[in-house]
Amino acid sequence: MAAAFSRERIDVSTFAVGFLMLVVLILSFSGAANAADPAFRAHAFLFLIASAVGLAGLLGWHELSERQPRFDKTYYEEGIVKAGIVATMFWGIAGFLVGLIIALQLTFPNLFYFPELGWTNFGRLRPLHTSAVIFAFGGNALIATSFYVVQRTCRTRLAGGMWPWFVFWGYQLFIVIAATGYLMGVTQSKEYAEPEWYADIWLTIVWVSYLAVFVATILRRKEPHIYVANWFYLAFIVTIALLHVVNSLSIPISLAGSRSVSIFSGVQSALIQWWYGHNAVGFFLTAGFLGIMYYFIPKRVERPVWSYRLSIVHFWSLIFIYIWAGPHHLHYTALPQWAQTLGMTFSIMLWMPSWGGMINGLMTLSGAWDKLRTDPVVRMLVVSVAFYGMATFEGPVMSVREVNALSHYTDWGIGHVHSGALGWVGFVTFGAVYCMTQWVWKRDRLYSNTLVEWHFWIATIGIVLYITSMWVSGIMEGLMWRAYNQFGFLEYSFIETVSAKHISYIIRALGGGLYLTGALIMVYNLVRTARGDVPAAERRRLRAMPAIQPAE
Amino acid sequence: MATRQSKLFNKHKLFERHTFVLLLGILVVVAIGGLIEIVPLFYLKNTIEKVAGMRPYTPLELAGQNIYIREGCNTCHSQMIRPLRDEVERYGHYSLAAESMYDHPFQWGSKRTGPDLARVGGKYSDDWHRDHLIDPRALVPESIMPPYAFLAGQALDMSTIQDQMRTLKFEGVPYTTPMIDAALDNAMAQAGGDYDVEALRKSYDAIAGREGTVPVRNFDGVDGAPTELDALIAYLQMLGTLVDFKTYEADDLSNRR
Repeated sequence: MAAAFSRERIDVSTFAVGFLMLVVLILSFSGAANAADPAFRAHAFLFLIASAVGLAGLLGWHELSERQPRFDKTYYEEGIVKAGIVATMFWGIAGFLVGLIIALQLTFPNLFYFPELGWTNFGRLRPLHTSAVIFAFGGNALIATSFYVVQRTCRTRLAGGMWPWFVFWGYQLFIVIAATGYLMGVTQSKEYAEPEWYADIWLTIVWVSYLAVFVATILRRKEPHIYVANWFYLAFIVTIALLHVVNSLSIPISLAGSRSVSIFSGVQSALIQWWYGHNAVGFFLTAGFLGIMYYFIPKRVERPVWSYRLSIVHFWSLIFIYIWAGPHHLHYTALPQWAQTLGMTFSIMLWMPSWGGMINGLMTLSGAWDKLRTDPVVRMLVVSVAFYGMATFEGPVMSVREVNALSHYTDWGIGHVHSGALGWVGFVTFGAVYCMTQWVWKRDRLYSNTLVEWHFWIATIGIVLYITSMWVSGIMEGLMWRAYNQFGFLEYSFIETVSAKHISYIIRALGGGLYLTGALIMVYNLVRTARGDVPAAERRRLRAMPAIQPAE
Repeated sequence: MATRQSKLFNKHKLFERHTFVLLLGILVVVAIGGLIEIVPLFYLKNTIEKVAGMRPYTPLELAGQNIYIREGCNTCHSQMIRPLRDEVERYGHYSLAAESMYDHPFQWGSKRTGPDLARVGGKYSDDWHRDHLIDPRALVPESIMPPYAFLAGQALDMSTIQDQMRTLKFEGVPYTTPMIDAALDNAMAQAGGDYDVEALRKSYDAIAGREGTVPVRNFDGVDGAPTELDALIAYLQMLGTLVDFKTYEADDLSNRR
């Protein structure tokens, strides 16, 4: 074996990743030995196992892999895209399933709560759901598509050798740490930023590596211009790094314990959290997925992006205005009113760049509108943009202080989030994953377009049931909370407003169940596509075609 | 006109052809809004009102807040009463910025699947809280809250509370070294144990500037070592009770924001 470590065989990036793994191994070993609480010990062991497996994998790959040269620059890195597709769908199903479970908990508390199993309570599963769908499903979709897109649009292989794989597996490890943490009660309680300090540090390392890989690949490009999708991906990656680092600033109460204390308190921590929280929407769930839109829609319909100038205006105005919008989550709170007003003003302004992007995406179909009828994947992509338009109109409306007085704290917010999440983020991801699966596994077509049709309609009906039921329950409870009777007293007790929502909650769970069903159909379709299967009907049709006869 | 426009858009080449110019451009553009909104909150004196009565959490209440955070109570309960007529009538005086100034981080919440808890302190009896946490539907048949019976069976782990108080003190919460040293005794005393209650009251009432801010009793009603239920009820029972609203003038110019 020792002779195998000849100089030309050592790959620098593999060595660097291996060294990092070794550091993690040592740190996690000492963490496990000195742990101050059981959750920290469990997580130290998780890091220990992951880094040991990672090291063994690197060593095995380095010594046994036959392919020379390593990371051949004449080929695109497609293995990581395939892995990303699998991870996206795996976490997607997991996240939708947890979402359905917590929806059922609120609908039938007697059936879905287990007094002996405290870790299955809503309070611990809810962050599991939100993180699984946003960061695990959405995040993997972004990493996979960005790695796919940046290679094609720069006409070069991903830079960094082993580093993209570190980004991929490091990100999966972060997800596992975060998810198991919620179940064990490890949380900082900040929405969408719940993981504790050590998970935050790990994510920072992974994310900076992601940024470095992405930038290095762009620097290596064989095209003079950086394509518009990459502007959006770049803005997403770098801004998320900034938001994550600032919002996660906290001091661990012990270096061997899971608990840390945020350095911000009260009103300042509230604004920083929602500056983070709203821009997790703005940059993670919008800018990143607009990168998907700007590559996959033009590619799938074989038309150029409708307007180059609109994409420039759209890009800069969107990222400039989004960052201001956070305070609309804090209307009428103890946040000073000047900050609330700024947040509201910019939220309303945000409507314009959002719709600019929507128009640019939709009008890219100019001359190819027939594909809406013939290609269900195109329909999925286009409907996602329509939902984007709807959610980005609803958002500015809800950010108006007087509307917010009614909508805040109610299910209306949940409905709004899901029209964006299920309609926009989910559908654009599904569309891109259908495309990429077909393309990276080099298939002429998807296994079954009929199944895509089923997925599309089942999921669309699911979304409609979900968002309409939440509008009804949200506006109803908002109105009930503020209703007065003829004697000038509050009309309803709080619990009356809870039981009034029961029917809406049943419909919501039904909608979520349909959405999950659609995703399961998709997984089946993708697996058959990747295996290169052809549906029986199609096989029969091919067989029935007369064989070509040689000319005499 | 058309040519002037194309010239302008031509300049965008600078960003499209230079990776680091694009990166820098993005950073500058996204930094502006955050800086303008966030930075002033740290130096504008009227961001947090001057009020009488605020004090840091006692060790038992802090342990209770840790359980509140661990169980994700904030996912369904807000702690922020807005200055709207119905909310003030339903929950009490609207929340002040000062009332969460020792919360690292804030617990304002964003959703009311259950009612607001900013002023739940003293609104129900300890017995009610105990029975309700153990089996919410036994008291409120239509409730959709999860059951927390397991808290009653878990002994309260105070092994890291002093580390936490030390960290909070470092971050500006006015704990003193004697308060941190006495944390475990103080917690036992507040939960109704045979410990020095006067020492506890004196140190926390001193910061609050008035007496009677520390309720002392066996919160879960069960003899023996304090449980997680004791701590959580102690925390709930003090929420929103500290500020002395008799001395607070909402219309004073310094309190208008």
